[in-house]
Amino acid sequence: MKYKILSYIDLESPIHRLTGAAKLICLILWSLTTMITYDTRILVVMFTLGIIIFHFSKVEFRSISLVIYLFLLFLFINNIAIFIFEPMQGVKIYHTKHPIHHIIGHYTLTAEQLFYQANLTLKYFTIIPLALLFIVSTHPSEFAASLNKIGVSYRISYAVSLALRYIPDIQRDYQNIILAQQARGIDLSKKQKLTKKIRYASSILMPLIFSSLNRIETISAAMELRGFGSQKRRSWFHERPFTKSDYLAIMLSVLLFVISMLITFWDGSRFYNPFTYPAKGNF
Amino acid sequence: MNSKGLSIKTVVAIGIGAAVFIILSRFGSIPTGIPNTNVETSYAFLALMSLLYGPVAGLLIGLIGHTIKDAVFYGAPWFSWIISSGVVGLLIGLAASRINLQDGEFGGKAIISFNIIQVIANAVAWFLIAPTLDIVIYAEPANKVFIQGLVAGAANIVTVGVLGTLLAIAYAKTRTKKGSLTRDL
Amino acid sequence: MSKPVIEFTNFSFHYQAQSSPTLREMNLTIYEGEKILIIGPSGSGKSTIGHCLNGLVPFFYAGEISGSLKIFGKETKEESIFNLSSLVGTVLQDPDAQFIGLTAAEDIAFKLENQFVPQEELLDAVNRVAELVDLKEHLDSSPQDLSGGQKQRVAIAGSIIDDVRILLFDEPLANLDPATGKTAMELIDRIHKDAGKTTIIIEHRLEDVLHREVDRIVVIDEGRIVADLTPDELVSSNLLIDTGIREPLYLTALRYAGCTITPELKPKSIDTLNIEVSKMNLHSWYDNVTYTEEKQKNDVLLELKNVHFGYLKAQEIIKDISFKVNKGELISLIGKNGAGKSTLAKLICGFCLPTRGEILFKGENLKDQSIKERADHFGFVLQNPNQMISQTLVFDEVALGLKFRGVSPKEIEDQVFHALKICGLYELRKWPISALSFGQKKRVTIASVLVLGPKLILLDEPTAGQDYKHYNDIMEFLWNINQQGITIIMITHDMHLMLEYTNRAIVLSDGQKVVEDEPANILTDEEVIRLANLKETSLYQLAYKADFSDQRDFVKRFIHFDRRMRQR
Ligand SMILES: Nc1ncnc2c1ncn2[C@@H]1O[C@H](COP(=O)(O)OP(=O)(O)OP(=O)(O)O)[C@@H](O)[C@H]1O
Ligand SMILES: Nc1ncnc2c1ncn2[C@@H]1O[C@H](COP(=O)(O)OP(=O)(O)OP(=O)(O)O)[C@@H](O)[C@H]1O
Ligand SMILES: [Mg+2]
Ligand SMILES: [Mg+2]
Repeated sequence: MKYKILSYIDLESPIHRLTGAAKLICLILWSLTTMITYDTRILVVMFTLGIIIFHFSKVEFRSISLVIYLFLLFLFINNIAIFIFEPMQGVKIYHTKHPIHHIIGHYTLTAEQLFYQANLTLKYFTIIPLALLFIVSTHPSEFAASLNKIGVSYRISYAVSLALRYIPDIQRDYQNIILAQQARGIDLSKKQKLTKKIRYASSILMPLIFSSLNRIETISAAMELRGFGSQKRRSWFHERPFTKSDYLAIMLSVLLFVISMLITFWDGSRFYNPFTYPAKGNF
Repeated sequence: MNSKGLSIKTVVAIGIGAAVFIILSRFGSIPTGIPNTNVETSYAFLALMSLLYGPVAGLLIGLIGHTIKDAVFYGAPWFSWIISSGVVGLLIGLAASRINLQDGEFGGKAIISFNIIQVIANAVAWFLIAPTLDIVIYAEPANKVFIQGLVAGAANIVTVGVLGTLLAIAYAKTRTKKGSLTRDL
Repeated sequence: MSKPVIEFTNFSFHYQAQSSPTLREMNLTIYEGEKILIIGPSGSGKSTIGHCLNGLVPFFYAGEISGSLKIFGKETKEESIFNLSSLVGTVLQDPDAQFIGLTAAEDIAFKLENQFVPQEELLDAVNRVAELVDLKEHLDSSPQDLSGGQKQRVAIAGSIIDDVRILLFDEPLANLDPATGKTAMELIDRIHKDAGKTTIIIEHRLEDVLHREVDRIVVIDEGRIVADLTPDELVSSNLLIDTGIREPLYLTALRYAGCTITPELKPKSIDTLNIEVSKMNLHSWYDNVTYTEEKQKNDVLLELKNVHFGYLKAQEIIKDISFKVNKGELISLIGKNGAGKSTLAKLICGFCLPTRGEILFKGENLKDQSIKERADHFGFVLQNPNQMISQTLVFDEVALGLKFRGVSPKEIEDQVFHALKICGLYELRKWPISALSFGQKKRVTIASVLVLGPKLILLDEPTAGQDYKHYNDIMEFLWNINQQGITIIMITHDMHLMLEYTNRAIVLSDGQKVVEDEPANILTDEEVIRLANLKETSLYQLAYKADFSDQRDFVKRFIHFDRRMRQR
């Protein structure tokens, strides 16, 4: 039961040199921008930017390819679903209708629908590179410190760090539990009545829950003994001080955010609409 | 135990809870046979943790767990659903004040009120919040996201209702006092 | 006399959940710079004493305190857990639970981080203590990449980083292989001497702790202090036997030989022991003990042929291992932490599949048999019972396997009761498992495996963390079921266990089989001992001191004599 999970890749690059906190702020602004805007021009620009930034990080594509493919598959299904459910969503949004090809019944492919779904897909394509980049270029130990630095309470930040710390251990527990239960006759194969499956699930969950509750007991005792939570603030071994480039990065993302918002809402709508302009009418 | 901010136990519960949530949501979902609807055991676990450690823990286990899961397994967080997971934890956690599971009380009345609350929680999260956010953030077609929400929500209601209740009952059983135990020959 | 740092006076403690007090009218004074060992049967209250010192009691585990406990003259119940933690550094038993950082360095720094110490000071402090416990080159490793011994060093470093005055170790040796345990004791001793810290050790493994100097030994039984003696006085008394604590093996030998042991002989360790007066008795005893080599019956049950395995393609954990196990054997599988013992057990039970090589049961290859099918002939008792127990009541837990097999309720009851009786759990059949001690849980898991009627049982560290009494209970009943014809493979770090109970041992080191031989031969072979992180038995040293020409034969005779004694 070995699954490749995305994790820190140690490289020497400008992106890696940025502090986690700065990267986190940038990522948040970036995601906000892509989430709010539906302006094709901005999305295209950001997408290209994203690719360029990714290139600077020196991370090879193949180290993340698996996740990308998974994601593409998801996007594909999602797009199909959207079309099946609402082939006229684009028309609704852009208030014009340029049919391209009639399929069947009320299923007509329109330029608006294409354009709308293209934008939707583009939105994801602008987030993905940076989201991935953040994960593979930020050392988990620094991550908690970063959260704390951008204003998350250190207790919650440390909870995140604990989660990252114990994922491998708990995965190992989980494997052993499943195997041990199989050895006692649980049959986890596909062909099983759902009711049975659920009974089995509970006899796998119980050990997992109890060992986890034990963990919580001992870990909190250990943290008590080493004075966690005794002060208003705490320092972080892996914290890194801001440098010029960090400030620069943050300023740029703020700038990007503001400009995009201006452009997006210039005409009072978050959608960039090529169809209302006669010039582009025959798009 | 700790006046200012979260108690250490809660902090640890959030951390470990999130880790378990992640593992379960990655490896612990049971296909029902109905296309892309699964029994997500992770939500049964989330419900139990919320009952044990309260709303804040529930909220944060949902948020942190779901975010990390999305990030490390799928590359990009899906915010609308992350928030919904948090809400489920939060709302069920609110029931913790009425249901005293820590002391092993989980009888008929508790079971009923737990299920009422979990149904409400899941309904709010999956029938309301998730789809609305999907529309606001991604401008996805309303009927699509609402149907998605309905399916997921229904599945989770059943999961928590059956599995979650089972787990809570089992947990309550383990809380019997040592004093009450006698060796019978 | 230097000044007292810890003073218990008529101190009692009562856990909220408990029906009766756990510590009763304790009076104990510990002086600056002393090194104290606390021993006692399981459940006697040793850890609770530790909790009282570091403040977990009453600030983390609620309960009632009466009497007084002063540390550096301050009444602890008026302090806070945080103030106490800056005086008392604690190293808990479970190294994984207290390793909360993502890297060693981070975990070591944890205590100072919480005191909001500026970062640059953190770096210096971490380097300083890392030096002390020589972990320098591992500072960036994550817990998954560290061995049990290294994790423990991290824990020690983390607790001494803000020069605490008192060091407290709760079972520092549990789950460590013999050699690692030995070095751990040496490290603790070095810190005690160099930094002059008052040191308190809670441990079951008396002989291993006495490998280094200890000032006083405090014996706890049912929450009361029953003795407070120097090591020499204690081991000369019969307190150990009375309170069910295992005495050092060389002393058992001396007793068998009818020698009288007095403090004057300095019997606390084999190195200090004055042997002269005992030589006579030893030799005459030796001449009277006769034994016959019981010959191997050759009826192969399980065979491994050039088995290879690795969890990741990159690194092989099991490298080309082959061995045979005969029907009705009781053999042990030993080797250093991380050698691959548990992994090998998982391979046999089909939890993982060999990348190369084959595993044969009664001559047929198992590769196509599912875990479930293999479970019909193998029973596997995992290292950690909490990973096996899925039911809330003892009876249901043991019955589960039979339920899955669709056995009729009546039959289930008979078989389960039978298994419970063998494991001495029958009276507890209606108990919730959460009310059981670790040792009892372990026995529940053994019962739940026994009830499925396996031909061969694999046990992963059946006696880890058990006191001598439970150790005996478990081992005696394993011995009995072995007599009834069930083949048993035991993974263990306990050399006594291997010597006393098993006729053959397979030694692993870094995934390879070092040797396969009689325990007595293994524990008297420097080369093997070095390769597999073992520790030569004190019997061997005794024989050497008492100038026996054939020390190995002395050890063998002891074992046979000892077994006959037990079978009485
Ligand atoms: N947190 C707790 N709440 C209630 N009872 C407890 C708690 N911790 C320990 N006890 C009880 O107190 C008694 C002493 O426990 P303690 O852990 O001190 O024993 P011990 O000597 O350390 O045993 P071992 O050698 O197995 O570690 C036991 O009966 C145990 O059940
Ligand atoms: N599920 C797993 N995934 C990856 N690596 C593992 C897994 N389980 C164990 N390992 C690694 O395999 C090696 C052997 O582990 P194993 O548990 O077999 O050693 P062991 O001999 O049982 O050690 P110990 O005496 O401490 O129990 C170790 O380096 C361990 O980190
Ligand atoms: Mg203890
Ligand atoms: Mg092991």
